[in-house]
Formats: sequence, structure tokens, C-alpha cells
Amino acid sequence: MAYLELKNIYKTYGQGETTAQVLSNINLTIKEGEFVAIVGFTGSGKTTLVNLINGLLEPTKGEVLFKGEPVVGTSHERGVIFQNYSLLPWLTVGQNIYMAVKEAFPKKIKSELHAIVADYVEMVNLTPAINKRPKELSGGMRQRVAVARALAMKPEMIIMDEPLGALDALTRGNLQDEILNILGKDKRTALLITNDVDEGIYMADRIIPLRPGPKATLGPEFKIDIERPRDKTALNDNPNFKKTRNAIIEYLMDIGNERKSDVQEEYVLPDLSPKSFVSQF
Amino acid sequence: MKQSMTLGKVTKFIGLAGFLGTVKNMFTGKLEKEDFKNFLRKVIVPLASIFLFFGLWYLGSKSLYNIEAEHRIYKALVEQGPTEAEKVRTCIASGDISCQPNTLPSPAQVWESYKMLLADHYAISADKQAFKEKTAALNVKRIANGEAPIVYTGRPSFVDQILTSLKTVFAGFLLALFIAVPIGIVIGLSKTLRSSVNWIIQIFKPVSPVVWLLLVFMIVKTLNKDSSGDSSFIISFISVGLCSMWATLVNTAMGVSSVDKDYINVAKVLKLGPVQKVFKVILPSSLPLIFTGLRITLSVAWMVLIAIELLAQSPGLGSFVWEEFQNGAVDSNSKIIVAMFVIGLIGFLLDRIMLTIQKMISFNKNDGI
Repeated sequence: MAYLELKNIYKTYGQGETTAQVLSNINLTIKEGEFVAIVGFTGSGKTTLVNLINGLLEPTKGEVLFKGEPVVGTSHERGVIFQNYSLLPWLTVGQNIYMAVKEAFPKKIKSELHAIVADYVEMVNLTPAINKRPKELSGGMRQRVAVARALAMKPEMIIMDEPLGALDALTRGNLQDEILNILGKDKRTALLITNDVDEGIYMADRIIPLRPGPKATLGPEFKIDIERPRDKTALNDNPNFKKTRNAIIEYLMDIGNERKSDVQEEYVLPDLSPKSFVSQF
Repeated sequence: MKQSMTLGKVTKFIGLAGFLGTVKNMFTGKLEKEDFKNFLRKVIVPLASIFLFFGLWYLGSKSLYNIEAEHRIYKALVEQGPTEAEKVRTCIASGDISCQPNTLPSPAQVWESYKMLLADHYAISADKQAFKEKTAALNVKRIANGEAPIVYTGRPSFVDQILTSLKTVFAGFLLALFIAVPIGIVIGLSKTLRSSVNWIIQIFKPVSPVVWLLLVFMIVKTLNKDSSGDSSFIISFISVGLCSMWATLVNTAMGVSSVDKDYINVAKVLKLGPVQKVFKVILPSSLPLIFTGLRITLSVAWMVLIAIELLAQSPGLGSFVWEEFQNGAVDSNSKIIVAMFVIGLIGFLLDRIMLTIQKMISFNKNDGI
């Protein structure tokens, strides 16, 4: 049964002459427990797509179904990890997570809530930093707090919008493993938006390219038939990995070239020669 | 060790850390040759500017003194003849108080007046203390009998005037805080309200303190008809509050209406209720801007206070300045200059206190200067 379903989604911004159609005819089905990655160029409408799914935006046309019900507004069942961490800078690590936990479990008593916070801080290895404020943390640590905050609410589905986009390659690798570990523990449904094909292949069960906007739409899906747990170093020699990776990159490159050849406009450069200032002085 | 640490904090607080640090390094031999430029910039140039200031002041007051003296002699010559003119000349030269030209005082005169005001303060407080001791027994009896105790009604000293002014400015500041912050939050939250009251803010913001005073006077006078008490304190602190609250109002509204979209998204994803959203996300994130507004409010309040006290006849530094000016005694002018320095220094300290609080609560390292 479809867990999350996007049916003929269209999204436009603005009205009249300034209308910009960002997404067009998006169809997507995610099964329970599945890890799907959507790969796309920057500016192709990935964040818009994510905000439609988590309920921050409403589609212009079409509908988003979550467990068969149309999505109206945000919900604690769908946890979100934002691209830019979005931690509240005046709260400590613990307080940031506590605030989320308290909203998600309003019936629990204080000590239970604190126990949940401590658990998840431990899970992302930040126990020594629990009383620090975001500005005292590195980018990787901040994103770990964001991961802990999203997961501590125990959402049924987790939506990640380029969560590791701003991090360096080494931190990225570590965090990919950590996220997979935590998600693997209770096998949650996950949607990952990324611009890194390798990251998608390493983490997801299925990769779907997003053809760049305006009027972005989803491309054909690529199944990743690599057994879990996946080993990053061994992955490079896996023929299956190579094949899938090449296929996806080829597809994305083709779209890129197509897009370039679409540009018919010719730019005529003015006939100018550099002025000499030397003679003037 | 502890003492030097607190001293360090104090010098940093008033912004003297660079200067004193460099001087200390000079004496302890830590100053390297490369630091010469630093030394020049942080010690020599500030000191030179201070000397230049006092030098110019001294020269200016001297030349004004000469102009005034010449004028007096000339006037005596025209009106009363050469013998009188010669008398005036010798009188001025002798330094007799009765015929001193009254003009911009020199730094030395101001310093003398400062010492005199301080001595006057000690004399008055001693007098007050003596009065208190003398009436203590009687007052106990009067209170026991249900009568009002006898209070000291002598003339206030300069320090008393400063304290009165501080009391007025804090009352005004608190009034501004309690009016402007809540209204600012409400306005900031609603675009409709913002556009509907914008004209009030835009029109009343630039109104002069004097006009505010008159407005408050009209209202308080009518409301306060029955009470026989002196309403000048109420009038002056309300006027100070009304004059100075606009910066806080505008800043609060701006801070609340321009909360980072990311934080709003977080509030939405966590499904915070409207009250929670305001108190846990919107208010904390606009606190730095609110405090910037409060800092401006306090300095404006202090600035307009003097003018308002002067006009409202409310006791304080403003009326001190005005009374001295009306008085026209030989040392009146130098007392006014003393008051000027005191006003400046207190204003500076108030601003520093607000800046320190502002730095403490601002969460972004780049904010808060």
C-alpha cells in the first residue's frame, strides 16, 4: 500500500504575468519502510517539493496523500530536517530538542521528556555539548542536533532536505552513516533530497531524478540493488554501484545538455576595445 | 588578582581597556618596538586631543573674558566718563567679585565650582542628618499620634538634583517600556494593525519634547484637579516616556515582523500553538532589536529630560541649570558647565549599561554594537 502518494502535483508561484511554474505533473509513491532519494540540480524545485510533502506549502493542483489522507498543514508524523539546520540560536542543544519533544508528547511528564532528550543527544554523540548553544558548535554538530530534534519526535516518516549539503566531505560521510544507523534501528520511511548522486546511492533504496525547473518533473526511477549494510569503501568496486551511478549521471548530464541546447538566444558582444588610461596622465 | 580582574571589567565597560592596557604595558616593559604605532594611536593621540580640547576652551574663555571686560570699560567710559572707566579697569584687574565679566568660564573656574558644589552637598547632607537626629524622637511621637512626621524641607544639593533626575528618567523609561514593547509586539504580529497605526507613529515620532510636555500638562492638570500635591514629577516623567518610547515601538514592531523565516518554519513543523509561537520563537528572536530600541529610548529620555524638567519646574538637573541661569551670579556659568559634564557622563554611563545588557542577551555574535 502506498504510504506517501503524490498525485499530479503542480505548483506555481505568483499570479498573472509573473507566474512561475515550478513543479509540473509530479507523481510519486513511497511504500512504508522505504528509503527514497530525489536527486536534482540546484534550483530545480527540490525544496518546494519537500515543503509540499511536509505541509508547509499547498500544491496549486493535485494532492498529497499521507497514509491515504490528504496532507493539511504540518504534522508530528512527518519529521523534517532542514537544509540550514534551523536551530533556535537562543536555546541550548538540549533545550532545542526538548522543545520539540514536549510538543510531540504533551502527555509525558518532565522527567520522561528529559530522558528522551538525553537518549537522542547520546545517539548523535553530542552528550558533552548538550548545554552548548548552536553558535558554539561546528556545522556538522549543528546538523546532528537537527537530526536528533527531528528523530526525537518519533515521526513515522522522516523528510530530509539536502541535510548534508553545507558540510565538508568527511563530516558528510560520517553523518550519512549515523543517520542510516539511527533510521535502521526502527526502519522508518525516509525521503532524502540531495544533489549528490553518490550520497543517494549509498543511502537510498530508490533514486528518482528531478528534471530541472521551471516545470520540473520527476524522471524515471533507478532501483539500488545493493545489500545493507553498505560499505562505503567496498561500494566503489561494486559493479552494481558503478552501473547505477553511471546510468544516473548520464541521465542527469543529458538533461543538462538538453537544457543548454534549448537556449536559443544569442548574445552579441559589443565591439569595444580596452581604453588606455596611461596616455591621459 | 580578583581586584585587578574587576578593574579590568570596569575599564572594559567604560571603553578604556585599550588605553589603560597600553599604558600598563609601557610601564611593565611589555611594549615592543612594533607596538609604537599602537601606543601612538591608543595613548598619545587621545591624550593630545584632551589637551587640545582644554587648551581651546581656555583660550576661548580668555578671549571672551577680554571682550566682555573691554565692553564694560567702554560702557563706563561712554556713560560715566574716564575716571569711572579707570575705576572699572582696576576693579576687573584686582579680581574683585563685584565687577567680574560674566561669560564662558575657564576650566579652572569650572573645577572650582565643582568642588564648591560637592562641599555644598556635604554641608547639606550633614544638615539633613542633624535634622533627622533632632526630629527622630518627635517624629516617633507624631506617628504614634497619627500625625504626619516632620520632614526636611531645606534646599536640595546638586547630588540630590542628580538623583531626582535619575529617578524621573527611570520612571519615564519604565513607562516607555511598558507602553512600547507590548504595543510593538501586537503591531509587529499583525500587518493590518501595522498599516492602520503607521500614520500615528510617523506623525507623533518627530514631535518635540516641549510639545509633549504641554500636551501632558493639559491632561494631567485636569485629571489632577482635586489633589493638592505637586504634579510636576508626574508631568515630567510621562512626557519623558512619551518622547522616548518611539524608538522602542518601531524597533519592537520591526523585530517581531521580521523574524527569520526558518524559525517560523520550525515553529510550524513543531506545531507550536499561537501563544507558544510568540513567546518561544518570535519574542526571543526579536529581543536583540527590542534592546537596540530600548537603548535608544534611554538615551533619548536622558536627553529630553533636561529640557522637560526645565520647563515643568520639576526638581532635577534641568531646573538646576535653569535656576543657575536665571540667578546670574558670578559662578552661575561655571555651575552650568559642571552640570553639562555631569549630564554627559551620566548619559554615557546609562548607554554603556544598556550596551552591556544588549550584548548579554544578543545571541548572534555579530550583533549588538
